[in-house]
Amino acid sequence: MTIADAGPGPSETHIETRPWLRLAIVAVLGMAMLYGAFFLYQIAQPLFGAILLAVATGFVVIFGANRFYGARFIFPGVAAVLVFIAFPVAYTIWLGFTNYSSFNLLSYERTIEVLTSRGTVDPETEQPFAVARDGDGYRIWLPESGLLSEPVTLAVEEEAVTLAPAEPPLDLLSPRDAIKLRAGLQSLTLTTPDEIDLRNAGLRTFASVTPDFVRSGEDMLTRSSDGLVLIANHDTGFFETPDGEPVPPGWRVSVGFDNFERILESKGVRGPMLSIFAWTFAFAALSVAGVFAVGLLLAVILQWEHLRFKTLYRILLILPYAVPGFISILVFRGLFNQNFGEINLILEALFGLRPDWFTDGNLARAMILFVNIWLGYPYMMLLAMGFLQAVPQDHKKAAALEGASSLRVFFTITLPQIIPPFLPLLIAAFAFNFNNLVLILLLTRGGPDIPGTVIPAGETDILASFTYRLAFQDSGQQFGLAGAITLLIFLVVAAISYANFVAMRRAAAKRSGR
Amino acid sequence: MIVERPRDLALKKIAAHGFMLGFLALILFPFFMIVSISFREGNFATGSLWPENPTLEHWYLAFGLDYTRADGTVVAPPYPVLLWMWNSIKIGLIASAGVLALSTVSAYAFSRIRIRGKQGLLDGLFLIQMFPTTLALVAIFAIFDALGEVTPALGINSHLALILVYLSQITLHIWTIKGYFDSVDTALDKAAEIDGASAWQTFRYIFLPLAVPIMAVVFVLSFIGVINDYPIASVLIRSEDQMTLAVGSRLYLNEFKYLWGDFAAAAILSGLPITIVFLIAQRYLVSGLSEGAVKG
Repeated sequence: MTIADAGPGPSETHIETRPWLRLAIVAVLGMAMLYGAFFLYQIAQPLFGAILLAVATGFVVIFGANRFYGARFIFPGVAAVLVFIAFPVAYTIWLGFTNYSSFNLLSYERTIEVLTSRGTVDPETEQPFAVARDGDGYRIWLPESGLLSEPVTLAVEEEAVTLAPAEPPLDLLSPRDAIKLRAGLQSLTLTTPDEIDLRNAGLRTFASVTPDFVRSGEDMLTRSSDGLVLIANHDTGFFETPDGEPVPPGWRVSVGFDNFERILESKGVRGPMLSIFAWTFAFAALSVAGVFAVGLLLAVILQWEHLRFKTLYRILLILPYAVPGFISILVFRGLFNQNFGEINLILEALFGLRPDWFTDGNLARAMILFVNIWLGYPYMMLLAMGFLQAVPQDHKKAAALEGASSLRVFFTITLPQIIPPFLPLLIAAFAFNFNNLVLILLLTRGGPDIPGTVIPAGETDILASFTYRLAFQDSGQQFGLAGAITLLIFLVVAAISYANFVAMRRAAAKRSGR
Repeated sequence: MIVERPRDLALKKIAAHGFMLGFLALILFPFFMIVSISFREGNFATGSLWPENPTLEHWYLAFGLDYTRADGTVVAPPYPVLLWMWNSIKIGLIASAGVLALSTVSAYAFSRIRIRGKQGLLDGLFLIQMFPTTLALVAIFAIFDALGEVTPALGINSHLALILVYLSQITLHIWTIKGYFDSVDTALDKAAEIDGASAWQTFRYIFLPLAVPIMAVVFVLSFIGVINDYPIASVLIRSEDQMTLAVGSRLYLNEFKYLWGDFAAAAILSGLPITIVFLIAQRYLVSGLSEGAVKG
């Protein structure tokens, strides 16, 4: 993907009036981005730093050098596509090879920080405190033991001062004002005359706090309660006791194909995965077939020369398309409600039926398809009306003269002529429904759940909503597993996308060949 | 088709209109229902299509006003619908403006400027446009969670983060606008070139004014796409006052706090403006749609 000018074109005739202004702007923006990249690198985000660096380099080269004049127009779009789509998708798939989850959320350094900052409060030494103003700084007053601290600023990181017996100070802050100084109080260590270190142990007390874990060497922590040495295991991302028992929280490590093995081999995962996979295809295929059939039928009727009120019908028929999708889906969620939904009220009044739309798997699937066809047919109808107009009238007339019925004319003359231009759009609709998260999340959230699974999986879950639930709902933020499934979706979408590409090429070739 | 007997024709007409009316009744049923529910007392479905004791309670609450019932109890609005609407509109307008700027410039480049490897870029773009942003939800969460530690303005719960993610919509729209530019006569560029215009000037003074209609279409489509997004906003937005309409509206139909009547009024209030804009623009939108891909 090299981007450079080639051949004569508008770019060669370009005469710049103020090159110094452009160069100055490019220099300033380039420097700003370089600084940003360096900053990101410094705060331990080297990946984002590298991306910003790449963008900065591309920007400076393309906008700085005159020979890349043409590429300047393409750069913003290509950069946006790479940064906002290609990178996140690749990053998600990479996460599929890690154990990133609610247990392994942090970096290694942060994990050690979190573990070593945990402490056990000694109740013997716990006592209330008050803060007294002392010029610009403060003093800590411990009324129970009658000790007053040296002046402290409460504004710097890690302060340590000694306590000495004193009279109660007069100018004490109210507890509410003292709480406002919490950040400074938490990093304060007070040493009593008996050499005991007291730390802030709660909103209102100071006490002697023993850290639960002490860093005792490279990759080693000592647990204070039992003196056990925990060793960092960089394969599992946890500190482990000598018996191999992990101590949460852990950090993010690469786990190779573990997530994929879980999908393929664990029974509680593989079973629901297969059923979800099948339903995703069925859902997308049936939705496309449904909207195509309904849309085409309506378009044919609307095109009929003897039909009156065409415009009115057309406007009313596209209403489901005009209303924002999320509102319609939520309206259906309410209307289909098993206990107080209007649909069940009507069905009960007419036929004495109360279908379990949300707790019976098959009924839930039927409901989803119905709602999706309701949402999607107007688009197909509008497209079909356009394509139908392109079918030459004399073909149909000739067939009719030969004595063909109108049904026969439709299936032998009209349909074969509109399918080829329709095909790319049908494939696109398939791909769209394959990942139709909005519908599933707002209508059923994947429910009802499949019984007997290890991870929450629903009868109406499609792959995308299953991934969403794994990562963001009720199952411990299993980002790694979600990333692994995303790779699966990625492969399917890539196949569909390529099929669409081929279909589009063919349609274009046919058009130009005619 | 060519020679029709009058009686057959009349029968066919009756069948066609009958079918249309029946189908429309089925399709429009939810709309009638939701209007009726919004004027009905309470939050549970009871009674007929025409409400027996119509009340404006749900409408007061949707507009964020307290409602005093006949027995003197005051009901406070459950959710800030107007704030959500403002959030949605703000994010929609800014993101669509960004999408429009990026995709118009790119579309012009893809249509007119000669660059080595352009066909490869175009093919890549065509393939990549099928990948929905929702495929990268986990990464989007991880990225903005990490960026939030750098600056909260780019973290979880920030509108700016959401707007940046929505910029990824450009793939679809580059395609739509490019199709439009491709249909512009190349004689125009030649004339501009002869007059000594640079590529930028050709774009600024010739193509941009020509593209205003298609740009309006893309803006509306992109706006609708942003407003309709649920997955991305639900992952990135956490607090109630930052929510967009799509994320917030879902709170109404929670199993434990089921506010059907309040939802009905809020849904009409928030859905009506977009519906009207869409119906006004639909003739232009349709052509844009068949060029691009599916509404999403």
